[in-house]
Amino acid sequence: MSSTTTQDVSRRDFLYIATGTVGAVGTALAAWPFIDQMNPDASVLALASTEFDMAPLQEGQGVTVMWRGKPVFIRHRTKKEIEDATKVPLAELKDPIARNANLPPDAPATDENRVKDANGKANPKYLVQIGICTHLGCVPLGEAGPFNAWFCPCHGSVYDTSGRIRSGPAPRNLDIPPFKYVSDTKIVIG
Amino acid sequence: MSSHASYEFSNPVVRWIDSRLPVFSLMKAQAMDFPTPRNLNYWWTFGGIAATMLVIQLITGIVLVMHFTPHVDLAFDSVEKIMRDVNYGWLLRWLHANGAAFFFLAVYIHIFRGLYYGSYKAPREILWMIGVIILIAMMATAFMGYVLPWGQMSYWAAVVITNLFSAIPVVGETIVQWLWGGFSVDNPTLQRFFSLHYLLPFVLAALVFLHIWALHVPGNNNPDGIDVKSEQDTLPFHPYYTMKDLFAILVFLLVYLAFVFYSPWYMGHAINFVKANPLVTPAHIVPEWYFLPQYAMLRAVPDKLGGVIVMFASLIILFFLPWLDRSKVRSLRYRPVTRIFFWLFAITCVVLGIAGAQPAEGVWLLVARIATIYYFAYFLVILPLLGKLEKPKPMPASITEAVMQKH
Amino acid sequence: MKNRIVRMLAVAGLGLGLLAAPAQAAGLQENAEEHAFSFEGPFGQFDRAQLQRGWEVFRQVCSSCHSLNYLRFRNLAEPGGPEFTVEQAKAFASQYDITDGPDENGEMFTRPGRLSDAFPAPYPNEQAAKAANNGAAPPDLSLIVKGREGWYYPWYISPVLKLFKGNGGPEYVRSLLSGYTDPPHGEEREGLNYNPYFPGHWIAMPPPLSDDAVEYKDGTPATVKQMATDVAAFLAWVAMPKMEERKRIGLMTMLYLGLFTLLMYLVKRAIWSRVEH
Repeated sequence: MSSTTTQDVSRRDFLYIATGTVGAVGTALAAWPFIDQMNPDASVLALASTEFDMAPLQEGQGVTVMWRGKPVFIRHRTKKEIEDATKVPLAELKDPIARNANLPPDAPATDENRVKDANGKANPKYLVQIGICTHLGCVPLGEAGPFNAWFCPCHGSVYDTSGRIRSGPAPRNLDIPPFKYVSDTKIVIG
Repeated sequence: MSSHASYEFSNPVVRWIDSRLPVFSLMKAQAMDFPTPRNLNYWWTFGGIAATMLVIQLITGIVLVMHFTPHVDLAFDSVEKIMRDVNYGWLLRWLHANGAAFFFLAVYIHIFRGLYYGSYKAPREILWMIGVIILIAMMATAFMGYVLPWGQMSYWAAVVITNLFSAIPVVGETIVQWLWGGFSVDNPTLQRFFSLHYLLPFVLAALVFLHIWALHVPGNNNPDGIDVKSEQDTLPFHPYYTMKDLFAILVFLLVYLAFVFYSPWYMGHAINFVKANPLVTPAHIVPEWYFLPQYAMLRAVPDKLGGVIVMFASLIILFFLPWLDRSKVRSLRYRPVTRIFFWLFAITCVVLGIAGAQPAEGVWLLVARIATIYYFAYFLVILPLLGKLEKPKPMPASITEAVMQKH
Repeated sequence: MKNRIVRMLAVAGLGLGLLAAPAQAAGLQENAEEHAFSFEGPFGQFDRAQLQRGWEVFRQVCSSCHSLNYLRFRNLAEPGGPEFTVEQAKAFASQYDITDGPDENGEMFTRPGRLSDAFPAPYPNEQAAKAANNGAAPPDLSLIVKGREGWYYPWYISPVLKLFKGNGGPEYVRSLLSGYTDPPHGEEREGLNYNPYFPGHWIAMPPPLSDDAVEYKDGTPATVKQMATDVAAFLAWVAMPKMEERKRIGLMTMLYLGLFTLLMYLVKRAIWSRVEH
């Protein structure tokens, strides 16, 4: 057997530590493809935008369309509904942020800000929002609850005629998806 | 796993767990301190390499299932979606497809190592027989996995292999319909193959566990085929063999990944990139390379039932090997005559592989027939006879002596 | 160089040649003509300009009969391909009518293509494709380059050659498209054309390319050979859109694993130096 000096020993220790480190780093990197494969794939990310013509909607009528597998509420609001929504002071709101994907993330939750499209164009008659309760993902019922607007049956979250959370466990207003008007009544979502 | 020696672990948590469930003692005894002959060569690393490949196949397979759709209308498309849209999908798919081939490569080398060094002999017969079961289960798994992408070769492989069972007299047709779940290979067939392809690897993992258990009772054979006589003959498994195995595994992975990244469909067949078409059979149906020797034997026999019997017999015969070779000497290092016949046998298997890839006609058919006869003769005639007739070379008294003689 | 490999292998194989004769009998097919595509070898990449030219050939010539089901318009702008700009890819997409629907009234309708759409097929189904083409449906070309082989050398050459050259699929497509000749002995067959590179030599597809069938924007002269080469390269990309990513990650993996293996060897040696073995 060869005699081992202290220098030999420390050189070996360095070799062991270096090899262990290289192995650990490699294993960690190799794990990434197995994790990333669960992220949305290229076809999901490229999912088509949805076009919708709101002209046939009567006042007080709403429809639900699908966009990226989610329900989108499109409602032709009545004059009263718009009035109710605009006269609410911001201080009364549970969530003072507009939650409009077309606006800066800190835009205040005025009714005006809730209906704007990507170009800042708005028609207060038409409210477009993602129909998923911000509490735990149920689909709220329309024309229901204390404001006769949206009401989530799962845990009792109450939204007003602008889709803003007013009471109940939901933390945020209903989200407004990215969309834009291509004519006065036609919109493209996404 | 025969005895649970109790260790005094310094870490109190480890000690607490170990006194209630001795997993740490078990690991220390079986995976670290396990006495292993000091003279094992690199051929002994292929067991660990094969186990690594099984793990790679399990992990990549579980992940691929998240994107694959087992339906005749969607299977091929879902594989293309994996290749094109899923994040790193191409990598996972090629790891899995080439992983099967390299799993077989490792296992075949592992088997030939056992044949050469007599690892099937007493007291390791059960260890060997579990190994044969693993091989057969692997083959079934690989075959059903190959069907899943639903390309032309997938489909026709399924047709041809399931039709093997139609050779069984009287009930053959009934069995084939039962396998298919219909009157042809179709959606029910694809779905059951998918289910079983997912199940069998876990059965394989359990069998591998038994295989290792059966190994740890008598301990490893070794290149000299001599029993361990004293502590001097052995080294603790860790770090000596853990580090040696790890090095060998990395070299093997280098070759495997070179194929995955630079020639991922080298071992496949171009025609499998064409969607299955039950109306058109490809001109030349060939299995993956790891089934070619068996395929050659199947076609070497001019009778349908005979061919099927010969093909299955080529595997079943391995179960009887421990009793066909009666020589007391394990390692062919000390059996110079048998060694010559062994290498002839190895060449025969390669020749069968080449013949299996050629159209079954003319010279190749003759070659396949001669090779098939030699394959069986090796087990049924040569080994039993040589066990009696051959005079082995003198053997060292112990493993330590064998090691010292080398220096 | 590739020819030299073939020749070397052929010489090496002579010793084994006794067994080779029957392998040749397999098919009536010529080996594809050798061509050094830019994407061959462990470092080979696609030639963007060539893929862009190949796309023009495909959409102006091939697409009137052949589908390309697995190509999405967005792929045209993705890295590792022809790398058109997103605007260009959108413009290409909008030139095609895509059937969508049903609308509110339950009717299907057509609209201009979008990036997420697949390249539309020329025929609604295989029966229609057959009916329009004398009973021989033009195959989908998404995987044609992987699904065809170019080499028909004996068994002791092909496996080694494939390691260097791949299956020869791109070469096959290139040879086929530019390889129509007059049949030997003036033979004629109804509805079929003579092409030595096609298995069996008689192909239903009439010669698809003629000089200047396409006008290249980059001024490359559009000879039959040039167009055949460009469209073969384009189809190679459609068949393996992740090739550049694969080779890039492959190189990093190989370098890393090489280093790790070397270190592991040193560790193994250091540990085993303690004992005689």
